[in-house]
Amino acid sequence: MVKLRVNGVSRQYNGDPNMPLLWYLRDELGLTGSKYGCGAGLCGACTVHVDGEAMRGCITAIADADGKDVTTIEGLDPKGNHPVQRAWRAHAVPQCGYCQAGQIMQAAALLSRNPDPSDQEIVDSMDGNICRCGTYQRIFAAVKTAATEV
Amino acid sequence: MGIMIQNLSRRTFLKGTAGAGGLVLGAQLAPQWTFAQAARAQSAAGGAFNPNVFVTVLPDGTVSIVCHRSEMGQGIRTGLPQVVADEMEADWSRVVVEQAPADEDKYGYIDGQNTDGSRSIRHHFTILREMGAGARYLLEQAAAQSWGVDASEVYAKNHRVYHTNSGKSADFGELVEVAAGLNMPSGEAAPKPSLKDESEWKYIGKVVPAMDHFDITTGGANYGADISLPGMKIAVVARCPVYRGKVKSFDATEAMKVPGVEKVVEIPALADDKPAEFRALGGIAVIGTNTWSVMEGRRALKIEWDMGPFVAHDTSTYYDTLKESARKGGAVVRNRGDAAAAMDGAAKTLEAEYFVPYFIHTPMEPPAGVVDATSTPVRIFAATQSPNESRQYVAEALGIKKEDVACEVTLLGGGFGRKSKPDYLCEAAILSKMVGAPVRVQWTREDDIQNGYYHTASAQTLKAAVDDGGKCTAWHQSGAWPSILALWNPAQKVGFNIEYGLGLVDMPYNAVPNIRIENGEADAMIRVGWYRSVNNIQHSFAMNCFANELAEAAGRDPLEFMLELIGDPTNLDLTKDGVEEYWNYGDSIDDWPIMTGRLANVLKIAAEKSGYGKAMPKGHGLGLATHRCFHSYVATAVHVVVGDDGSVTIPQVDQVIDCGRYVNPDRIRSQVEGAAVYGNTVARCGQISTTKGAVNESNFHDYTVSRMSNAPLNVRVHIVEDYTHLRPCGVGEPGVPPYTPALINAIYNATGKRIRSLPVRPEDLAKA
Repeated sequence: MVKLRVNGVSRQYNGDPNMPLLWYLRDELGLTGSKYGCGAGLCGACTVHVDGEAMRGCITAIADADGKDVTTIEGLDPKGNHPVQRAWRAHAVPQCGYCQAGQIMQAAALLSRNPDPSDQEIVDSMDGNICRCGTYQRIFAAVKTAATEV
Repeated sequence: MGIMIQNLSRRTFLKGTAGAGGLVLGAQLAPQWTFAQAARAQSAAGGAFNPNVFVTVLPDGTVSIVCHRSEMGQGIRTGLPQVVADEMEADWSRVVVEQAPADEDKYGYIDGQNTDGSRSIRHHFTILREMGAGARYLLEQAAAQSWGVDASEVYAKNHRVYHTNSGKSADFGELVEVAAGLNMPSGEAAPKPSLKDESEWKYIGKVVPAMDHFDITTGGANYGADISLPGMKIAVVARCPVYRGKVKSFDATEAMKVPGVEKVVEIPALADDKPAEFRALGGIAVIGTNTWSVMEGRRALKIEWDMGPFVAHDTSTYYDTLKESARKGGAVVRNRGDAAAAMDGAAKTLEAEYFVPYFIHTPMEPPAGVVDATSTPVRIFAATQSPNESRQYVAEALGIKKEDVACEVTLLGGGFGRKSKPDYLCEAAILSKMVGAPVRVQWTREDDIQNGYYHTASAQTLKAAVDDGGKCTAWHQSGAWPSILALWNPAQKVGFNIEYGLGLVDMPYNAVPNIRIENGEADAMIRVGWYRSVNNIQHSFAMNCFANELAEAAGRDPLEFMLELIGDPTNLDLTKDGVEEYWNYGDSIDDWPIMTGRLANVLKIAAEKSGYGKAMPKGHGLGLATHRCFHSYVATAVHVVVGDDGSVTIPQVDQVIDCGRYVNPDRIRSQVEGAAVYGNTVARCGQISTTKGAVNESNFHDYTVSRMSNAPLNVRVHIVEDYTHLRPCGVGEPGVPPYTPALINAIYNATGKRIRSLPVRPEDLAKA
């Protein structure tokens, strides 16, 4: 039995403890904001927060989230107005949008532990999140904008 | 283009769309000849079509505008509605977008909804303006009638209609009931709703916030993989590692033991006499209640494959056969003067070979979609670029008529051409029928990379001559690549007019007096399909880089030399050089000519904006390239810094785009910024290789793509204003092709190393 909190709601899960958190969120809870992109921790589309840390949901077994707080894009801010979300809209970052939940969760975790990251720290932190539309320069600019507000 | 706008408010088939009391406008426009359609017509007869687009005004004044094209990041759910909203004087804050399901009758078979070829705006701009103007006309007529005044005394502005003399006004919503009962004037003599003067535009050509960004940034946007239906099953499919291989036998015992796995079934292999097209090729499907279970089940399968006819497809030797074929040449697809004779007597000649390997699209969302074959009609919910072809191929897979298949289009998590091919939906349809429940097929990243439709590999041999004065007197280009047409005709060994038209026969160095372009043969041994900007990638790469090599050999400045090659401003007439059936992206050459003056213009601007010609520090280089495709003219300047270890950093990129009349400059900037990153992947990252017919790469660790650390983060996009009086041109693809040659030319200027084969790796550039 795995017990965890997802976006503040207590949950219990009795199934395969090896199931990656991503598939628990998507298939069991219907929280489809976190995306599948590679299944191997290579692209970051599935990024969620586990006890505030950015984690790749596709390679994090649900058993490893036992007793922990999981936050997904749906739970980042009750009104969708986290500084990172606002900055993403102000810079009109998304193109197709598929990777952006993961990008936003990655950026939000970065800023929560380092509110004033250097340019290199932004690149290092975001480098695991792929965007095939190529929105990196706007992501970079939006992280800098959000950093002025957190 | 013949256009008839109709008031369709009371037509029964629209009830679901319009709701009670809505005003609904429809229009019909002439069919357009397009990419996939033309490709198919080479081996089978194509159809003729009758597209429509629609506007609805609801009684509360909400204006609902249909987006009939697929959104995959290009911003089309914003761009198309903003054209309509502008002409009808709607207030953007009261506009909602409705995504159209597949509807051949309303929107047309291919050109209406098949979203590729960078043609959404250029083919629909005028009709959408007329749709908006027609809506405004009816609302003005309704106001005049309600007030008992002459229609000439009323005008619409910002969601209201005003009476000039009395000062009366009414919101659009208040006019719906009357407007819905009016008829659009019809017949030759009927007055045409007037289009706004450009000076009156308030949305066209302006930045309008993109439609879906709130949903995207809060996790509320729905893609193909996000659709769930009651009772739906999830499936992954094990496919043969080699194209057209088949299942010999399989053992599902272990797979069935995985909790959550319910069934393991075989999708029969496609019959040998059926070309691949967009059909399911067959495999073993694991079906269950959640994605993890079926993925685990698939890992536990034991399958013996008959690898089929393409086990000899080994890129370590196959790529050599392409190079040999390019050297040998073949069909002459363009000829001017006598290039061979000019080479013989030339002061100087130069020869070089260029090579581009296979690539794969890797949209962030791998192919995914749901089909419910148990319902009537059969329903598809999918991330698809081609909703009507999805219906057609799903219908064929199920042995039913396409009229009995419906298709709803979700957002696409990237497309790049991959999602034009609905093989994944055929799989879902077959499985749904087998298990008697809706089925979502989820492709994994490994599936996407190993079982896709690959950007063609290509070899090119270029030769040129320069005279004593350093002028180019002859240009000979010969290419060999497996053709996309092989999807329909597996025996196809040469390209066809669409591929020739992707920057090969329309090579724009018009000042060269002797030109010869040839196409050598190549066998297709894997599914080859279109990929963002298609064959323009290799043609732009070879042409721009070889021109720079030639400038160097002639002792000339590359910019001045390229401008000289392009020559005086003119409209290129390829028929004079014996080019047959020049494709011109499916459009009339009169409407969208090849204007060499515009090509030279963007190149000059790129040089100016990038500071071309300035002295640069050691290890720095600036490179230029320019290309016309999808009717747009783009020039790119890349500033590169190459370290002693071969590391590449890119402090600045200038992308200059002349796309004629444009609609949303911010979405153009985002597309062109992204195109630089896409080009950066082409130039520096992944390549597909095969061994014994199977693709070696499997995920982002060995098929690499641009990440933030190696992507250009300072892409400056310059939109040319000089030709906005001309027709809109493509935007999604044209930013890609010139990036690679600009980068490679920059690397040469930084290091003296000339790269002719992609991708360029740090080890190619490291100092010995």
